[in-house]
Amino acid sequence: MNLDLRIPMGLMFTLVGLILTVFGAATMGNPMYAKSLDINANLDWGIVLLLFGGTMFLLGRAGQKKAEREPQKPMPEGTVRRGH
Amino acid sequence: MLLYFVFVLGIGFALKRYMKTSKDFFQAGRALPAWICGLAFISANLGAQEVIGMGASGAKYGIATSHFYWIGAIPAMIFVGIFMMPFYYGSKARSVPEFLRMRFDEKTRALNACSFAVMTVFSSGISMYAMARLIQTLHVFDYIFISAGMPLGWIFHFSILLSAIIVLGYIFLGGLTSAIYNEVLQFFLIIAGFLPLVIIGLKNVGGISGLRASLPQAYMHSWQGMTHANTNPLGVEVFGLAMGLGFVLSFGYWCTDFLVIQTAMATDSEENARRVPLIAAIPKMFFPFLVILPGLLAIGAATPHVVTTTHTDASGAIIRETTVPTEVEAKGQGLVPAKTNPLTGKIVLDASGKPQLDYDLAIPSMLLHFFPTGILGLGLTALLASFMSGMAGNVTAFNTVWTYDLYQSYIKKGASDAHYLAMGRWATVGGILLSMMTAYVASGFNNIMDTLQLVFSFVNAPLFATFLLGMFWKRTTGNGAFIGLISGTVAAIAHHGLTLPLEAHPGIHGGWIAVLHHYPSDMAQNFWTAIWAFCINFGVTIVISLFGKPKPESELVGLVYSLTPKPDLGHVEWWKRPEALAVVLIVMVVGLNVIFR
Repeated sequence: MNLDLRIPMGLMFTLVGLILTVFGAATMGNPMYAKSLDINANLDWGIVLLLFGGTMFLLGRAGQKKAEREPQKPMPEGTVRRGH
Repeated sequence: MLLYFVFVLGIGFALKRYMKTSKDFFQAGRALPAWICGLAFISANLGAQEVIGMGASGAKYGIATSHFYWIGAIPAMIFVGIFMMPFYYGSKARSVPEFLRMRFDEKTRALNACSFAVMTVFSSGISMYAMARLIQTLHVFDYIFISAGMPLGWIFHFSILLSAIIVLGYIFLGGLTSAIYNEVLQFFLIIAGFLPLVIIGLKNVGGISGLRASLPQAYMHSWQGMTHANTNPLGVEVFGLAMGLGFVLSFGYWCTDFLVIQTAMATDSEENARRVPLIAAIPKMFFPFLVILPGLLAIGAATPHVVTTTHTDASGAIIRETTVPTEVEAKGQGLVPAKTNPLTGKIVLDASGKPQLDYDLAIPSMLLHFFPTGILGLGLTALLASFMSGMAGNVTAFNTVWTYDLYQSYIKKGASDAHYLAMGRWATVGGILLSMMTAYVASGFNNIMDTLQLVFSFVNAPLFATFLLGMFWKRTTGNGAFIGLISGTVAAIAHHGLTLPLEAHPGIHGGWIAVLHHYPSDMAQNFWTAIWAFCINFGVTIVISLFGKPKPESELVGLVYSLTPKPDLGHVEWWKRPEALAVVLIVMVVGLNVIFR
């Protein structure tokens, strides 16, 4: 059974998003944000990544469950479908 | 910031271990969904050349750099999907030299294996150079070097060595197993790291209209002034652009680079394999906004100058702070600093005495300028991920070509598997050592894209002519292909030795035989080198083939277009066929060209 790529990917981005969000919230109003034109880039982008990661994870899990319910017909190793 | 950085890398490694348990992509047979392969397809060439090189070219040549995508990569990817993929999927060749052996003969294969090895070493050396420059720009080791009393110039050597060690570790830890999954993760990582940079950078200059106002007009138009070489930043006219970049270099790259082609082979059917490059073309089309735009934004931003800020702190005291930019920053343009010799730290001057700009640093300095601690780690991780895959992929390809196509076939036949495995390991080490040498060669250029296209014009451009003739003309003979390839490569070298870009010193930029002709830019010179190499190879191969005896048709089934069974798509609705997707892509790409003319 192949692992659905969206699950680890979703996990990774959720984690990165979480770190950025927490870090951004903790450093709100910090003068270092003058660099990014007074936008709290950590908080804002953290939330975006969190949403993206979460969506990917949920989609991946849904896909995985669906694949488990309908097991794929095994194809012989190295089968090449070709027209004539 | 460093902590965060280590942490993100840690996640990457932990994930990779997790990934290894899932099936390796070759073992998994041909079973991956087309969208995953499609993303891996573009991600396989998303190395340093893409993120640093395209940003650098954006800063150097303006929006005309998008031609690399809109008349270069996209049409080539459509061509690969429609015409080339059936050969590759059907012939089951695993590398370019292998395909050449099946179509022509052993000597053509050996010749190509050698030039392919040179190309991979240069590609990984270029990534290595980019990584070393990044380490140097971050100034993380300055303190250690100063306190140890060593000259700062050594940081460059040290950074090269460090990148070499990191790559070696990465490959030996099995960094390329489950390559496809890594590629896709990296694809999203780069988007996550670069998209906020584009947004903040755009806001800084006041949106697209602000960018337009801060740059010379020619930088914002991709087609204006293309009728003559001297009236556009790229320094080429329409013919050189369409023939050199659009046809020879792009088609040559996308049709013959197996690092990329391989990913499409992991799908479950020929139909899907043909669809992979076409799916990949959709995000590829919008990549200029992600990688070229930051370069433009860097050159369009205000050049750092002495700034005094006054603010009142909590106790009521007035504090005045003055920031003085370094000489390198002040002599640059926008956020692109002047180029310094990485060893001596002196600013490099061009032939007319003006300081050269170090375009390769456009993207890193954008990151450092606009990103606060935190998201900066994400941006740098994205950059490093692209360097790593650029180096590791090429060194691994070098290893394969050396061990199987050269060593096993010509030097020591019939040894044990363990022997070849050990040889493969030594080849990896050797490949990295050679890459370190080429990294020093790359330091002679101020835009890694120029360096890379130079290598491509030597290797891929003549090879593409051989491929094209081999696939579409069944009379092409092995001798024709072999002599054609040699003359094409020699033509490329001769052309490089006889011409020179304006304002460059003769030497590594060309003109080392005699200067017969001046080109307005390095890139124009590369395009014409490619055109010459292609045409000479094409002509010589035809002439020699006409004198020889072609292979019998029975041996060419599946290798020549007219003798390969056409894919039967009768059962697929017309709008699901690759051809329909290709038409949609062409319409979109023409649209983009019209918008940014």
